[in-house]
Amino acid sequence: MNAANTLTPAVTQGRPPSGGRVRSGRRVADRTLRIACTLATLLGAVVLGSILLMLIIEGLRGFSATLLTQPTPGPGSEGGGIANAVLGSLVLTFIGIVVATPIGVMAGTYLAEYGRGSKLADVIRFLNDVLLSAPSILIGLFVYTLMVRPMGSYSGWAGGVALAIIATPVIVRTTEDMLRLVPGSLREAGAALGAPPSRVIMSVTWRAASAGIVTGVILALARIAGETAPLLFTALNNNSWFSANLMGGIANLPVMIYQFALSPYPNWQGLAWAGALLITVAILALSMVARLVVKSERAR
Amino acid sequence: MASLTEEIALAHPEATRIRRPPSKGLDGVFRGAAYASAIIVLLVLAGILASIAYGGWPAFREFGPGFITSTSWNIGTEQFGAWVAIVGTLASALIALLIGVPLSLGIAVYLTQLCPGWARKPVAMTIELLAAVPSIIYGMWGLFIFAPLFARFVQVPVSNLVEGLPIVGTLLYARVPSGVGILTAGIILAIMIVPFVASITRDMLDQIPTILRESAYGIGCTTWEVVRHVLVPQASVSIIGAIMLGLGRALGETMAVTFVIGNANRLSASIFDPGSTIASRIANEFNEADGMQLNALMALGCILFVVTFIVLIVARLLVRRVKVA
Repeated sequence: MNAANTLTPAVTQGRPPSGGRVRSGRRVADRTLRIACTLATLLGAVVLGSILLMLIIEGLRGFSATLLTQPTPGPGSEGGGIANAVLGSLVLTFIGIVVATPIGVMAGTYLAEYGRGSKLADVIRFLNDVLLSAPSILIGLFVYTLMVRPMGSYSGWAGGVALAIIATPVIVRTTEDMLRLVPGSLREAGAALGAPPSRVIMSVTWRAASAGIVTGVILALARIAGETAPLLFTALNNNSWFSANLMGGIANLPVMIYQFALSPYPNWQGLAWAGALLITVAILALSMVARLVVKSERAR
Repeated sequence: MASLTEEIALAHPEATRIRRPPSKGLDGVFRGAAYASAIIVLLVLAGILASIAYGGWPAFREFGPGFITSTSWNIGTEQFGAWVAIVGTLASALIALLIGVPLSLGIAVYLTQLCPGWARKPVAMTIELLAAVPSIIYGMWGLFIFAPLFARFVQVPVSNLVEGLPIVGTLLYARVPSGVGILTAGIILAIMIVPFVASITRDMLDQIPTILRESAYGIGCTTWEVVRHVLVPQASVSIIGAIMLGLGRALGETMAVTFVIGNANRLSASIFDPGSTIASRIANEFNEADGMQLNALMALGCILFVVTFIVLIVARLLVRRVKVA
């Protein structure tokens, strides 16, 4: 990024110094590339714009006064809201992030602080990267076998665990990357004061990398908030009001959106759009916040 | 030195106590917790493989290697085969790469070479926000916005044009121009992998020393020549790695595909016709499945696991090798 800025403007614009005396074949190839690349970028922006526009138009149409105060209505009936799904999603995401954060931060700490140069750490780092992009539906199958089948029913706990498994690699990766950016001299200074390694990590390295670690957690939050596939076989859905009993199926936004959007009832479809708008705005806001945290940290 | 230490130790017995870290026990616990957390990551991956293999084993035993090549998926007679889903998965992922890779490379080149400085950050952010949009939203966009347009402006005219022609007449003929099908799924997947491939490629292009580019521009190269002869050869291995990462994502993507692929259980010669992928079939049938069907779906998951993990491992190796070098 910064490297490109060092080029003089005439050079970045790629204007050959010889002006119009470039062979036409070269010029055509160059123009084609420029136009094609610009069009590709425009297309990406148009798609994002069209998705947001669709969500805003359809989502606002589905909004009503009872949206956030009433549970999902029965098939074909009017009124109702998505309050239970919103609450359920918050609970599932909360469980996921609460389970994933300590494991992810500690594993990232191991990779960055204790595991330097160890073969095991290399293997774990590599497999964590693979897990980072593993299909989420397979994680759903795993948690189904691990929890849903032995316990005999879909449950909120299973959904939370599935989300935790998706969030953990994100946190491991960012924690490790951020800890590696902390200069070794800080650690040495801590050790020279007689602090044991755990003390150095907790009071010096973690503190120095705190903004980065928080960013990782926010990114993980944004990642799991919209996950649908693993919840299909774990938390499933539930049209009744939210209950504190996490042993049964639990309503959640993504699965609600999936089921309602494909249903034949206009009221349900409207609620699905409203839910989709809500969840996308929340996730995009989280991604922006994560970006801002990193930016303010860099500026410091 | 040693004698001095001993002297101090003799004179001040409490000093020896200070030399030992007061929180030795806590230190060990902390280290152990970090180690255990790292091992959990390993165990989860092993657990995923083990649970899917365990669940799919009855289907593999029942149908043998024929499970992979059989095209039947009959719940009534309990005859299951993976071929239709495998072909659908590979076809949609291939279409996604054919469309998505040129787009991603174009965006990466635009961001690093062509974009004016003030627009670089907002444009990069737009592309990265595309990566944050949940896959179910892509599914809804694909089904409710893209598919009707696609049916009206592409499927119907193309079908009318190619009807009766050999090869293209079957490949590009829509029996029911509803807009959903393998090609639609491939296009939606292409849009979903673009932000990933583009941002990795951009990072790789940024890592190439500026002096190489400056030298090329300095001897009068056009942007096309710089991209073709300087940037691409420098970053080729990692670009392939980035493409493989995109492929891994396209193979395992579930919700978006489930919305737009049409979920047909038969093999069709036309890419306009509905089909199904491994992930979409699992998402569709798993909750109502029982007995052998459940095992067959787990076996499908097992195949998906093996294929995506090979792709992802190769991708990570390619991307990593360049980062180290």
